[in-house]
Amino acid sequence: MESGKMNQLKNFTKGFIRENPVFALFLGLCPTLGVSTSAINGMGMGLATTFVLVMSNIVISLVKGFIPANVRIPSFIVIIASFVTIVQLLMQAYLPSLFDALGLFIPLIVVNCIVLGRAEAFASKNNLYSSVIDGFGMGLGFTFALMLLGAIRELLGSGAIFGYRFIQGDGILIFILSPGAFLALGYLIMLSRKVNK
Amino acid sequence: MAKKESTIGNMLIALTVITLVASASLGAVYNVTKGPIEAAMLAKKNNAIREVIPDFNNQPSDEVFKVAVDGDTLYFYPGKKNGELVGTAVETFTRSGFSGEIRIMVGLLPDGTINDVTVLKHAETPGLGDKMEKKKSDWSLQFKGKNPAEFRLAVKKDGGDVDAITATTISSRAFCEAVSRAYLNYMKSSPKN
Repeated sequence: MESGKMNQLKNFTKGFIRENPVFALFLGLCPTLGVSTSAINGMGMGLATTFVLVMSNIVISLVKGFIPANVRIPSFIVIIASFVTIVQLLMQAYLPSLFDALGLFIPLIVVNCIVLGRAEAFASKNNLYSSVIDGFGMGLGFTFALMLLGAIRELLGSGAIFGYRFIQGDGILIFILSPGAFLALGYLIMLSRKVNK
Repeated sequence: MAKKESTIGNMLIALTVITLVASASLGAVYNVTKGPIEAAMLAKKNNAIREVIPDFNNQPSDEVFKVAVDGDTLYFYPGKKNGELVGTAVETFTRSGFSGEIRIMVGLLPDGTINDVTVLKHAETPGLGDKMEKKKSDWSLQFKGKNPAEFRLAVKKDGGDVDAITATTISSRAFCEAVSRAYLNYMKSSPKN
């Protein structure tokens, strides 16, 4: 891969719209639907995933020459799972309130296709620098998608954004429940298709 | 780039090295975070105890006593001021929530009156069942100052005195169950001093 400045910029921004993990690649939908009940949860989950993505991309692009092709997937999974556990322990120790909200979903980062997908499709074929940029771009794109979805659901479902309430009374409950996640995600995907055209 | 060939030897070496490095780094992180995690959990518990019983000056978590009941354990944290019992924080649980276990800290005065309640852990639906949390709604305040001897700990639908959270009868029912489990076992087995 060439490493011109423009190329790296493209490499970084592709994760936001054109190759957004949620809206365009449809990867990692399980945590997307599960934690996007509020903007802050979406952001926390997104940032935790970003951290795992960047770290696993770094390590995998560094050790790619050392791993025989036949055992690359198990190796990637061990590396990813280790970083997820590290995130979980660190969050539990230093951000206990965020851990209370996300605890259940943190282990799910391991099975989030986007992490293994980037490891296999990008980091195992590209150099360290591009892989870091790719990890950041994809991770932040994922964060952006989760936050957007979370904000919409929180706004419609409980009349608040980031926990700040500006509409009194009960919201449209269905948007807080799982069907609302599918509904809101469906409309967002439609919108992003339109933008991408 | 030059990939290693997938011979048995190469695969064994690669996997062994990767798993060794992974477990070593996990062990290291675990050791570093072990202390803070325990401290964070203890702080959370102590805050909950302080929240639900009147002012005390002992260390309730050092005087905890446990009662095994219904396949789980109730924890009683006696709060004392100058040696005198001012209230007991009971960590109680229920498995009849809408999604998973709910753990609640119930503060009981020596005569069994509910001083205050606070939720320690739950996985109820956001926007519905999570209104049992104090920071989400005032719902749980209705338990304050009630004595379960005359205040029936059940939702109105079941003939009790508790207003259920709108559209959330299951969570409200579970909440009542947990509180009354704390109360009944407190009256039964708690040493009164």
